[in-house]
Amino acid sequence: MPANRFNAFTDYGIGLGLRVPHYAHILERKPTCGWFEIISENFLVDGGRPLHVLDRILEQYRVVQHGVSLYFGSADKPDRAHLRKLKALVKRTRTPWLSDHLCWGSVDGTYTHDLLPMPYTFAAAKHTAEKIRHVRDFLEVPICVENVSSYAEFHASEMTEWEFLGEVVERADCGILLDVNNIYVSAQNHGFDPYDYLDHVPHDRVGQMHIAGHTRFEKYILDTHDHPVLDPVWKLYAHATKLCGVTATLLEWDDKIPSFDEVHAEALKANEFIAGAREAKKGGDGFPSRPEFPRAPPQPRTARRAVPTSR
Amino acid sequence: MTPIGLKSPPARLPRRQRTTADLRAMQRLMAHALYQPLTPADDLAPRFRDGRAMADVAASFIKPNDRLSSLERLQIYARCYWYRVIDCVYDDSPGLRALLGEQRFSALVRAYLAKYPSRSFTLRNLCSRLPQFIRDEPRWTAPRTALAHAVARFEWAQTVAFDGEARPVLTRDDFADAPPAKLRLALQPYVTLLAFDWPVDDYVIAVKQRDALRGEASHAVDHGPRAASHRRVPWPRRGRVHVVVHRYDHRLFYKRVESAAFRVLEQLAAGRTLAQAIAAAGARAKPDRVREWFATWMELGWFCRR
Repeated sequence: MPANRFNAFTDYGIGLGLRVPHYAHILERKPTCGWFEIISENFLVDGGRPLHVLDRILEQYRVVQHGVSLYFGSADKPDRAHLRKLKALVKRTRTPWLSDHLCWGSVDGTYTHDLLPMPYTFAAAKHTAEKIRHVRDFLEVPICVENVSSYAEFHASEMTEWEFLGEVVERADCGILLDVNNIYVSAQNHGFDPYDYLDHVPHDRVGQMHIAGHTRFEKYILDTHDHPVLDPVWKLYAHATKLCGVTATLLEWDDKIPSFDEVHAEALKANEFIAGAREAKKGGDGFPSRPEFPRAPPQPRTARRAVPTSR
Repeated sequence: MTPIGLKSPPARLPRRQRTTADLRAMQRLMAHALYQPLTPADDLAPRFRDGRAMADVAASFIKPNDRLSSLERLQIYARCYWYRVIDCVYDDSPGLRALLGEQRFSALVRAYLAKYPSRSFTLRNLCSRLPQFIRDEPRWTAPRTALAHAVARFEWAQTVAFDGEARPVLTRDDFADAPPAKLRLALQPYVTLLAFDWPVDDYVIAVKQRDALRGEASHAVDHGPRAASHRRVPWPRRGRVHVVVHRYDHRLFYKRVESAAFRVLEQLAAGRTLAQAIAAAGARAKPDRVREWFATWMELGWFCRR
């Protein structure tokens, strides 16, 4: 039973990012795994080994596409050649949904290859939503946008990040890939309460979640994907699952990648919280209680709705 | 140096962003700051490209917080950008890096990326203009510019061979009845023909073997292999070679071919007929040899329809 209309794949359970160091293990041993998330750009090539490996994976596993370069928030129009390649890949993988980030990263046809934060303005939300609609209509596949971790905020912003996320997805009528680790990282970097964020995102649009590890520096936290998931992030994940219901969840591990079995074992820890969500649905509450955070005064749940939708 | 493709940054941003043009102006400003090379200490340059203090530029659009100034927050992104793209060029250019040494290679990469930021959604294409940059700006590689250019071309050809397009392979039956005077064959898009004045292929193989040994030795207690792995790979001695960079069974290969065979392939790639291509190779293209060449090339699947 889907948790919401953007989350028709609750049976997907826990997935892993498909990464090169694990190719041999996966192809030779065919381990059990709910699904693999691929980075679309790694397979937007014209031939050779990447597509050969992908086809072998597709024979055995369910694959979902996750992108890093659509840059819905860039002022530039979408690159048609990029979209054509992406559409061919969508047909190849038969991905049930496609995700990319709520960010910008290119301008004047030059690419930073980074997930740069948006100014949270109504103009940017309108533009971003239009691009998401355009991409979805071209690719003919549901889109989920992912919140990014960020290290800077802009003077131009007119709302909180979660209000901006809500504004964009409502205008675009798309789903959300809720990255719980990114919420934690940004909360630490910008001094907001991550539970406020979780409480205010439109839960009925969350189609997928990401969990990952991060690295703490002296003055900020960096989203490095090179560690196991840390306790505060698991707690946030538990809260998110309680709010959103059982949701396809993926562990990201992109650097200092350990063995497949280690990564898989780390990802499967999420099952404990998914079981909690199922328990809660039956009437119990299998979740840990919400921890206390040093918080700003709580905002009313209707804050997002109070945001004007056009200016 | 102005990054190729990026339009000039705005002198000032509007106080409120009301339009997509305002959004673009901010993105252009931030991109200019990110594309500007870092200082030797990996900090943002003290001055923006138009002469303003970088701290003022950062403060004009980025909020400070209780731990970080606007400049420091911008610097996190600048470092992430430069580390990412430099890593990418390092990974794709082991031969060029060995040839120039760490310092000169680093300077070359930074100058290249400052002029040519990525123009593609994928980092795969980041080094596509490196050979051209080396040729156009020899000061970064002098006095070994020609050799550096050759190595850069060879390394880019490997990227093309790894995941370039493969078209349906032509078989003998596809052109059995075609007269050589009319038959035009195309090479697979992933095949690159390269003629060098140095055995660049041997050099890059030696560098990769050394680097592999270095990797293996990184966990070794015995310092013997580690010391050996730090040795400099000798620069190649002059000697004309003809190399075809291609793939077979999804693996990368460099195949040496004799000069007459190379000439035939070059002519076919340029659109000449089979008869013209063989004639261009001259007397060295004896019928028996030509048959042997084509038998091998067909087996390797190099030909496709034009």
